[in-house]
Amino acid sequence: MKEEIIIAGFGGQGVLSMGKILAYSGVMQGNEVSWMPSYGPEMRGGTANVTVILSDDRISSPVIQEFDTVIILNQQSMDKFENAVKPGGILLYDPNGITHPPKRADIKVHTIAATELAGKLGNAKVFNMIVLGAYLKLKPVVTIENVVKGLKKSLPERAHKLIPANEEAIRVGMESVE
Amino acid sequence: MEDIKLLKGNEVLAIAAIRCGADGYFGYPITPQSEVMETLMDERPWLTTGMVVLQAESETSSINMIYGGAAAGKRVMTSSSSPGLSLMCEGLSYLAGAELPCLVVNVARGGPGLGSIQASQADYFQLVKGGGHGDYKLIVLAPNSVQEMNDFVGLGFDLAFKYRIPAVILTDGIIGQMMEKVTLSPERPRRTEEELAKECGDWATTGRKASRGKANLANSLFLDSVDLEQHNLHLQKKYREIEKNEVLCEQIQVEDAEYIMVAYGTSSRICMKVVEDMRKEGHKVGLIRPITLFPFPTEIIAKAAEHSKVILSVEMSAGQMVEDVRLAVGCACKCRVEHFGRFGGVVHSPAEVYEALKALM
Repeated sequence: MKEEIIIAGFGGQGVLSMGKILAYSGVMQGNEVSWMPSYGPEMRGGTANVTVILSDDRISSPVIQEFDTVIILNQQSMDKFENAVKPGGILLYDPNGITHPPKRADIKVHTIAATELAGKLGNAKVFNMIVLGAYLKLKPVVTIENVVKGLKKSLPERAHKLIPANEEAIRVGMESVE
Repeated sequence: MEDIKLLKGNEVLAIAAIRCGADGYFGYPITPQSEVMETLMDERPWLTTGMVVLQAESETSSINMIYGGAAAGKRVMTSSSSPGLSLMCEGLSYLAGAELPCLVVNVARGGPGLGSIQASQADYFQLVKGGGHGDYKLIVLAPNSVQEMNDFVGLGFDLAFKYRIPAVILTDGIIGQMMEKVTLSPERPRRTEEELAKECGDWATTGRKASRGKANLANSLFLDSVDLEQHNLHLQKKYREIEKNEVLCEQIQVEDAEYIMVAYGTSSRICMKVVEDMRKEGHKVGLIRPITLFPFPTEIIAKAAEHSKVILSVEMSAGQMVEDVRLAVGCACKCRVEHFGRFGGVVHSPAEVYEALKALM
């Protein structure tokens, strides 16, 4: 198994932490992993993205130019990364704020209304976990059990009480992906 | 099961320093390596191992605090990024002149000047060739994974003390900011004063009184030119010994390669993917990865050049290491040497390196 993913959106949407939880989940099931963020001035209110690779074998380059899955959470990222999906790969996006939906016909396009669903759940902070749930429904590269283990490992002890709400959000995401 | 962590390169530098018994860290924040000191401040090693962590008022201060700690035989470390290293170059020359062991980390960013905060490999000349004044060398280690960021802290200290020379970890913003799995080094305690006196007593300023023999002196000033020449000859002899004993290099599918890339650090990871992709298409492509930049794997490259048509040096710079590759290959060899790289903080993609190599076939 080798899965190359980029998650791209606004700074503050939980893009980097979603990638971190995914990477930790991979560690929990014995995968090789790499997590490479965009960093720098663009994080302050601008766009943020993270490349995550999960693999059974040693990962050569953490820097890659095309992806099995591209997860897009704002229009700027759509403009930048629609063409970075490998032919036959997956593009998953939240339609909220997207003015120009993807046009490519050689990839599988899915949507997850994560902004809207997070509002319904009354917890904007679980937005990224809804997206993660949707992704894992499409590409079950890690099990929910390993995601929970990953959450435990990546969150400080005092935040462990939030894990059930995150699990619930992942489940909502899994049920709602289109 | 081993304790496997998922950590950033910068974070693991801090953790490895504590675990390998460092006595002190002196630094000044700069992107993209600020997590080194942040992690040290979080870990609070002064409460556990007794390691000192101090934010100096500038990089110039940090490197001179390193001079003081190293002169006393302590295992001391600093880290910075390119513009900060420029400020430290005077200190590095003094440390090299006075033969003081220490560990300096450069998580490089784009230059020249204040440059950018994105990853770059344009500080090869600065650390491998000089930066400061005088005929000196530093041992330069170039990790290409978070695991090696961990491993090279201990290795750097060991080599620094073995040869009484500053050791440098030359890395960049990608490896500093990226997270990978890492197995931490076993914990080793800080040296006791007795152990320090035993190991470094013949040179370190440990407080021995003149009444108990000749006092040790940390010095790089030799006003008599003949004395300074002798001192330089001694340094050169040491550098030749390091060249003989300490070369580290990884070779990937080089044996039958007709086209060889030479790359270190982040670029070597990118080139590993190019080797995979090219081999799948049946091209005889290999990679030589210098792990030590000084000492440079000159002989390994010279030997590989005998059976290859082209050597492509791939660096995130306008072409610095390529000069050492050319020297290694020599003008008598038929093998062609070329350079490829994006720079100024732009990181070349595997596809760009692939195209650059393909164009030479």
